[in-house]
Amino acid sequence: MSAIETLVDLLAGRRDPEALNPGEWDGVIGVARAEAMLATLAKRLADAALPEPVAQLLADQRRAAEVATKQALWEAEMARRALAPERIEFVLLKGTAYAAADLSCSAGRQIGDLDILVGRQDLGRAENALLKAGWEWVKSDPYDDAYYREHMHELPPLIHKSRDRMIDVHHTILPRTHRKTPDPLAMLADAVPTADGFAVLCPTDMACHCAAHLLADGDLQGGLRNLWDYHRLAGEFAAADPGFWGKLDGRADQHGLRGEVHRAARLARDLYGAALPSGWDRHDPTDRWFRRRLLARDDWGRPTDFLLQQAFYVRSHWLRMPLAMLARHLWTKWRKGHNPASKGTSSA
Amino acid sequence: MRHSTRIAVGPVQFRVGSDWAEPIAALDRLYANYSKHEDRPADATVRLFAARPWRRWLRPSVHIGGDYVVPDALPLPLSMGLLAAEMGMNLQVALGWRRHLLLHASAVAKGARAVILSGASGSGKSTLAALLGEGDWRLMGDEFTLLAPESGEAFAFPRAVSLKNEAIAELASRVDPARLGPLLAGTPKGDIRHLVPCAEAIDRMDEAARPSLLLFPRFGGDAAVEPMGEGEAFVRLTEASTNYIALGEAGFDALTRLVREVPAFAIAYPDSASGMALVEQLWAEAAR
Repeated sequence: MSAIETLVDLLAGRRDPEALNPGEWDGVIGVARAEAMLATLAKRLADAALPEPVAQLLADQRRAAEVATKQALWEAEMARRALAPERIEFVLLKGTAYAAADLSCSAGRQIGDLDILVGRQDLGRAENALLKAGWEWVKSDPYDDAYYREHMHELPPLIHKSRDRMIDVHHTILPRTHRKTPDPLAMLADAVPTADGFAVLCPTDMACHCAAHLLADGDLQGGLRNLWDYHRLAGEFAAADPGFWGKLDGRADQHGLRGEVHRAARLARDLYGAALPSGWDRHDPTDRWFRRRLLARDDWGRPTDFLLQQAFYVRSHWLRMPLAMLARHLWTKWRKGHNPASKGTSSA
Repeated sequence: MRHSTRIAVGPVQFRVGSDWAEPIAALDRLYANYSKHEDRPADATVRLFAARPWRRWLRPSVHIGGDYVVPDALPLPLSMGLLAAEMGMNLQVALGWRRHLLLHASAVAKGARAVILSGASGSGKSTLAALLGEGDWRLMGDEFTLLAPESGEAFAFPRAVSLKNEAIAELASRVDPARLGPLLAGTPKGDIRHLVPCAEAIDRMDEAARPSLLLFPRFGGDAAVEPMGEGEAFVRLTEASTNYIALGEAGFDALTRLVREVPAFAIAYPDSASGMALVEQLWAEAAR
């Protein structure tokens, strides 16, 4: 069994962590780091009797994750202090939202940037307020900047000059040119408050966004982590509300994300053992490509299955923009790549 | 990976994988006296790899990867594979280690007490520590010193000392040639030669020591000693730490305690002999 499969089994609770041999731990620790899930694993195995070096390493990870969560929530507080005086309402997204709402997937979850959603009408004011509060532009490349502003679902990334933390200000959850066009107004309107007075997406929207982020936005890099989010979110919401899956169906239809939420649920079942209600518990032959992509990593943490990765990379661009625009975009990027003077970094 | 080895340095167990045999063989020679702990899972993974399959043979160039990767890092020629391995190991520790507050500093100990030497590269901290380690000090490390947040104790990270440029001749004249690695000439960091620490430094690498003196050496100019206030020492050490921010409050507490409890001095010295004399002199005064 490969290390990445062992990692998935450990997370799913299908494998006894106390029975792993040292060589298996090498691989599991390596791939868990590569998937940014070592602290998630550490939280999951907190009560297991593990070999001393592993126990120590995982304890380090748990402690570090608690600090990181606190820092991420502090960053959210900083955004609030910048935006509140301007009366700009915002909704926390992704990792920071899970932590603010104290959801189970936030245990050990790595949080990179602060992601927030604001109404499109507030975008300009939000930008100004953040610039005034010490955030600065990361990208200086005019093409990238214009690309973000015209076609993306977020402002070009901003970084805080003294805290060195990034903020992504979204006005919707997928690029504007994407084939799917979720309804950000509905998401903003139905957002729910957390105990600390932040706003987060309501449960069905959170699951929709998570599935969209996993399957419709990008090439599935870091997909195991995003799928874990989805698995825990859906499980937790369904436990609290027996009608959750039905409501999720309706909401996903509204956002045009039915295919994504269903596939994410099936993958969560296949990999993490999620229990699905009838109507969801189906089989789709194309899921196997997604499973393979999610597990494409060897025991040294290296990506494998190069062609499949490329295929998903092409797919991500295909979903993200119409063909003519894609051609123009790649042409511009290619020309820039061949001109050292204008070489910038971009994921756009 | 095709070739691999394991190395334990202080509390960190590495597994190092490589597309080529040479860097692994060189590591095994350099770290022959270190215990291997074959049955201990690795805390950190280092990978030395060819970016394209044919670059394994055709103008072979070694990319440095592992758990953490620096995106734009330039590869090194295969002849510098040992340096690539060293950089890879340092990188994984600098970015991944969370158990201790990491100080980019060298350290030597006498008994259960340690001197920590912090400074930018070129300050001579490595050379001073290596020279002291050849005398009656135990070398704790030339690159990283690990500070336990709870106890405030310093832990050793005695990897092979990375001697650079003039320091190579200075040390080579004093030690058994068997303890020196191959000369890596003309690397991006100048000439480099690794020095295996004394047996004592390796055998006792798990022993902690209480920080008792904090020095900020600067090579060049007349010999001088300047007491340093807590505030300045604190700020300098936050800059010398690679995980101070990641540790949050625990890092702040550990560093605050260090600068409050331990006397700190900036020292300048024109040559190694006077640098070592200053360390001994300040050590004697601190012990009183």
